[in-house]
Amino acid sequence: MKYTQQDFKSDQIVKWCPGCGDHAILAAVLRAMPEICEKTGLTKEQFVFVSGIGCSSRFPYYMNTYGFHGIHGRAGALATGIKVANPNLSVWQMTGDGDSLAIGGNHFIHEIRRNIDINIILFNNRIYGLTKGQYSPTSRFGTVTKTSPYGTVEYPFTPGELVLGARGTFFARSLDSELALNQDIMLRAALHKGTSVMEMLVNCVIYNNGTHADISDREVRAEKTIVLKDGEPMIFGKNRDKGIMLDGLNLKVVKLGENGISEKDLLVHDSKADNFGIHSMLVNMKGPDFPVALGVIRDVADKSYEESVAAQVEDVRAKAKIQTMDQLLTSGATWTVK
Amino acid sequence: MERKVIDAQDVVIRFTGDSGDGMQLTGTLFADASALYGNEISTFPDYPAEIRAPQGTVSGVSGFQVHIGHKDVKTPGDLADVLVAMNPAALMANAKFAKPGGSIILDEDSFDAQGLEKAGFKTNDPIAELNLKDYNVIWAPITTMTKESLKDSGMDQKSIVRCKNIFTLGMCYFMFSRPLNFTEDYLRKKFAKKPDLIEPNIKVLNDGYNYAHNIHAIGNTYTIAPANQEPGIYRSINGNQATAWGLIAAAEKSGLPMFVGSYPITPATAILEELAIYKNLGKGVKTMQCEDEISGICTSIGAAYAGNLAVTTTSGPGLSLKSEAMGLACITELPLVIVDVQRSGPSTGIPTKTEQTDLAQALYGRNGECPVMVMAARTPSDCFRAAYYAAKFAVEHMMPVIFLSEGYLGNGSEPWKIPSMSDFPAINPPIVKSCEGKFKPFERDAKTFVRQWAHPGTPGLEHRVGGLEKSPNGAVSSDPEVHEMMVANRAAKVEKLADFIPALEVIGDKDAETLLVGWGGTYGHIYTAVNQLNAEGKKVAFAHFDYINPLPKNTAEVFGKYKKIVVCELNSGQFVDYLRAKLPQFKYLQVNKVQGQPFMVHEIVDAVKAF
Repeated sequence: MKYTQQDFKSDQIVKWCPGCGDHAILAAVLRAMPEICEKTGLTKEQFVFVSGIGCSSRFPYYMNTYGFHGIHGRAGALATGIKVANPNLSVWQMTGDGDSLAIGGNHFIHEIRRNIDINIILFNNRIYGLTKGQYSPTSRFGTVTKTSPYGTVEYPFTPGELVLGARGTFFARSLDSELALNQDIMLRAALHKGTSVMEMLVNCVIYNNGTHADISDREVRAEKTIVLKDGEPMIFGKNRDKGIMLDGLNLKVVKLGENGISEKDLLVHDSKADNFGIHSMLVNMKGPDFPVALGVIRDVADKSYEESVAAQVEDVRAKAKIQTMDQLLTSGATWTVK
Repeated sequence: MERKVIDAQDVVIRFTGDSGDGMQLTGTLFADASALYGNEISTFPDYPAEIRAPQGTVSGVSGFQVHIGHKDVKTPGDLADVLVAMNPAALMANAKFAKPGGSIILDEDSFDAQGLEKAGFKTNDPIAELNLKDYNVIWAPITTMTKESLKDSGMDQKSIVRCKNIFTLGMCYFMFSRPLNFTEDYLRKKFAKKPDLIEPNIKVLNDGYNYAHNIHAIGNTYTIAPANQEPGIYRSINGNQATAWGLIAAAEKSGLPMFVGSYPITPATAILEELAIYKNLGKGVKTMQCEDEISGICTSIGAAYAGNLAVTTTSGPGLSLKSEAMGLACITELPLVIVDVQRSGPSTGIPTKTEQTDLAQALYGRNGECPVMVMAARTPSDCFRAAYYAAKFAVEHMMPVIFLSEGYLGNGSEPWKIPSMSDFPAINPPIVKSCEGKFKPFERDAKTFVRQWAHPGTPGLEHRVGGLEKSPNGAVSSDPEVHEMMVANRAAKVEKLADFIPALEVIGDKDAETLLVGWGGTYGHIYTAVNQLNAEGKKVAFAHFDYINPLPKNTAEVFGKYKKIVVCELNSGQFVDYLRAKLPQFKYLQVNKVQGQPFMVHEIVDAVKAF
């Protein structure tokens, strides 16, 4: 079936603040859906958008699909139940840095560990927006908010590091405004069997305006970020004159042409590499010395949980002597009273 | 000494020892052999929270009480006619459960100076110290005899000593004229993969039996005639197993796939373990051991949205953790069975001991106005019925249902006349496959107030549910009138269930002026107390509640017939408070116990006489 993005748009008025990065993510999802259906054979009624609590968690109401707006932190658990109960559904978890990395941290790491085929879009604006501006687990050290008037004294998570630590099989990162890249990432996530985490760096215009500006501003973006593409050397910069290279056990930013360095000396991206050593280093690249890595960083195949669960049910069905409740009731030690 | 064979109506035996002594197995084997013999039985495992507390100490004592009888065995019995104590600590902890004048079997070998000291005895004469002179104390060198019995078995010394519980079991089989063949068959099955252990175990069982026959310390032996049971096929079942089976039965009957999201917690864990075995039944049983209690219920809510019969099982503290998500199940009007096997609280409390202290939590423990159906079971096997109907009501009425079981029910076992699945009513969930125009998820049936269940994957019924208040068409709404209407409708939906549950029944004296009232696992104790009181000419009757929210429709009518209403429960008065709020026109008296232990029949009898 051929769809247009209009098919996926609900009749609800979108209530995010003007200028909020979430609008751009919604736009990318709506644009990605027809292509995802074309490439996967999924139909609209097979999609379920699940969320927790927070600005981004309003997302399901804006999709004309099945949807479940849950409670704070529990999107991962709700999504897990939906997917395990019916593996034919395409389950999308829309969640934020507070929802999944604070109150819902436990469900987040365990769904990744189990590798359930859920597509998670993690809206990272480094702030609690819906409760009007408190620091989150991704706020930088020293962030001044209403609950940290003198600056935070705790270090933030790097979500990708958490995902890899939980043995994640898919991790991508992008900026809210990178519409085309985000569509690509969403398609890759849909095609990936297992948990796909897409970290979207979104801007909160009201409570954390410009939190990602150091890398997302048009003037600096090409210098401060690198878009990773499988099979291609890691090149970035406005003039595409910089690259990433392996130096011993570390990464190093190099200038092409300097000290005899050419493209062939650079690392070639391989999201399918099973060993996550390089992926881990890429996930952790930060300014001022390194560009922030965008695109699909890791995408490796592994068994998905819901398939194993279903397979076990079938396996037991094929082997079990007891196949009905009546048989179970009369199984084992029984006696007859006449 | 002349030995008499006494024909007894009923006998209570309490097996006690170190938690590593195998007392739970010994008690279970004795109970099962008695059930197979045709007696009525009721059991009560009473074990510590520690898996292996320091050996020989009172904190590590594990007990298993079995009540066997010819008829009307409804409780595990108050005090034991025979107490078996495998070490001094077991005697120290359990002497109070021995019936005055009854028999006490002791493993003489363990009563050395060190053992006595560990158990906290101050002298080397435990009998005098505990004032047990009037009891028939049987000193048996059980460890020595077990070693002697198995000296040629080829087993190592440690394994030999571990068989002393089977030797003791053999002794009890002699005392109570039990057949050995059932246990012999069991041992053959249990050790099928270790055939070297079969013969030694059967030998030590028989040697125990013969030893008891040969010594003179055992005076009289007992026979307990088989019960006049209804004809049929019987099995022994405990409450947790019956709960698991009742849920699977409902899944099979409804044609729904089943999903169970749970987290291990005493004493509910065995339900999850049991469900995990039978994955293939019905349309499939998917069990998930979740990362926490909240995930247990939230995965289940997700599965319910996706169209499964969804279940989460837990115990008191776990129910607390699930509170917020129960509100989500209530407002999304999704079917969900929540099984709470109650234990002693608050907090961790005494985790292995039984109580009925979660009733208020089940009724009220959520934010906002969040009514759910609350129901209970009477006996271990009755958990099958309760679980079946909890599932039936949940999926047919689209709401969370809390089934309050109890540690006493979950771990207790009794013979059960096996039902046929054709005895159980159909389960018809309100699944919608298509509709004209836009699907309105919260439109309700005019009579039952039940909404329709649209499963994701169904074309044309795409809709959103969630924790935010919605209008009937499914749109988010913070309109004051809409909210008030939805609150009222969700409450009315639960109230309307009263049309579907059985009326309250009364048993006991027809001219009674006093009505005893109970709910849940106190059924057997109150029933027995009422029988005793009636036998003594006291005019009392008994009404037991299987359904608490809503109450049976005829509750006020029943209560109106009595001068006194006495509510008996294992808490400080949670059900009686609920009745006072719901039916304030009546005066209530109450009998309460909060010791982590079931009632003793005499406690109820004495309390009622005092009113």
